[in-house]
Amino acid sequence: MATKGKDALPPPPDPQALSESTAALLRELVAHLRQNRTQLREEWARRITRAQLLTAMTEEEIFAEATSVYDNYVEALETGTFEALQAYARNLSERIIPRGVETHEVVGIVLLLRDVLARSLFAKYHEDFDKLNRILDAYEPAANRIANTVAVGFVQERERIIRQQQEAIRELSTPVLQVRERLLILPIIGVIDPQRARQLTEQLLRAIRTNRAKVVVIDITGVAAMDSNVANHLVQTVEASRLLGATVIVTGLSPEIAQTLVTIGVDLSEMATVGDLQGGIEEAERLLGYKVLPLEELTPKA
Amino acid sequence: MEVPILKQGHYLIASIQSALTDADLSQLREALIERVGRFRARGVIVDVTALDVMDSFAVRTLRDIAHMARLRGAETVIVGIQPEVAFAMVQLGLTLKGVSTALDLEEGLLFLDHQAQLRIERGTGGTGRIDRG
Repeated sequence: MATKGKDALPPPPDPQALSESTAALLRELVAHLRQNRTQLREEWARRITRAQLLTAMTEEEIFAEATSVYDNYVEALETGTFEALQAYARNLSERIIPRGVETHEVVGIVLLLRDVLARSLFAKYHEDFDKLNRILDAYEPAANRIANTVAVGFVQERERIIRQQQEAIRELSTPVLQVRERLLILPIIGVIDPQRARQLTEQLLRAIRTNRAKVVVIDITGVAAMDSNVANHLVQTVEASRLLGATVIVTGLSPEIAQTLVTIGVDLSEMATVGDLQGGIEEAERLLGYKVLPLEELTPKA
Repeated sequence: MEVPILKQGHYLIASIQSALTDADLSQLREALIERVGRFRARGVIVDVTALDVMDSFAVRTLRDIAHMARLRGAETVIVGIQPEVAFAMVQLGLTLKGVSTALDLEEGLLFLDHQAQLRIERGTGGTGRIDRG
C-alpha cells in the first residue's frame, strides 16, 4: 500500500476475497449461534414477555414458536437463501393471525431476536473491535433481510386472509324468497358494496322472471349504512324491476339510512317504502288482492 | 324487417322477432299508429322478449309509440324485457318512465283488460253500468 493521506479512501476490497471472508465469518457466526442456542433462545423468550408481545399466546406456545423461528433464522443466515424462511413465515402467520397477533408484535419479536444475537456477538468479540466490526458487517445485512422477509410474509398472509373474508361476506347474500304467489321477498343483510349490489339486482331480476312476480319486498333492516352509490343501485333495482312488470316496496329503512337518502337527494318518487317488513308484506298482499283475516271472522258463528 | 302486428279484439300485438335497425323501428312506429286509428284499437302490446339488447333509439321509439297511441285513445304496454336488458337500461339511464310495462304477453293482456275496466268504472261512476233516468 502506497502512502495514504488521512482523508484518502482505502482501495476497494477484492470482491472475491470479501465474499470468502464474509462466508467464513458467517460460518463462525452460525456456529456461535448454534452452540449458544439454548440460552440465546431463552433470553429472547424473556425479552418477548418483558416487552409484552404475543400476549395472545401462552408461554409454552411462545417457547415452541421461538424455537422454530430461531432455527429458521440461523438456517437462513447459514444458507443465505430465504425461501425456507419465507415459507415458514407464511405458515407461522397463518397460525397466529386467527389468534389475534398483530403486525407490530411479529416485527417486534424478530427485531428482538436480532438484538439478542447482536448483543451476544458484542459479548463474544468485545476484545477484538476489528473482528467485531467484520462480523457485524456480515451479520447485519443478513439479519435485516430476515426481519424484512418475516414482516412481509406476515403482512401478505394477513392481506390474503382479509381478501378471503371479504369473499365470504359477499357470498352471505340471501336468496330471493317467494312467500306468496307472485310475491317475492329479498332480505338484505350486512355490507353492500357495488359488486354485491349488482349481484343482488341480477339475482332479483332473474327471480322476477322465473316466479312471474308482481310485487317484490326488499327489506334492508339488516343494512347498517348506505352511501350514495349503493342508494343509486337500489333506485336502479327498483326501476329495472318495474321494467319487468313488478312493483317494489322497500322496507326497514333505519333513521340513518332515511336521512342519508334524503340528504343525497335520491329520487324517491318511484320507490314505495313502508316502515317494517310486516307492513311491507301486508301492503304487498293488498296490491295482489289478498286479505288476511283471523279464522273466527271467516267461519260463521253458530 | 317488418314486424308482424296481430289484432286481438280491441288490442294490437306487435311481436318483435329479432334485432331491428333504426329504420325498422321507425317503420314499426308508423305501422302501429296507423293501425290504432284504422281499427280504433284500445290497447297496444309491444313484445320485446326476443331482444337481447335495447339501445337509446329503441327505447325512445317505444316511448314515442306509447305517447302517440295514447293521443289516439290507446293504452300501450311493453312486455318481455329481459333481465339483462333491464339491468343495462337502468345503468345507462334509459328509462321508460311513463310507459307501462309487464312481464309477458299474458300479463300485458290482463293489464289492458284491467285498464279498460277502470275506464268504464270511471265513466259510469263506479257502477259499470250506464243508466238513463
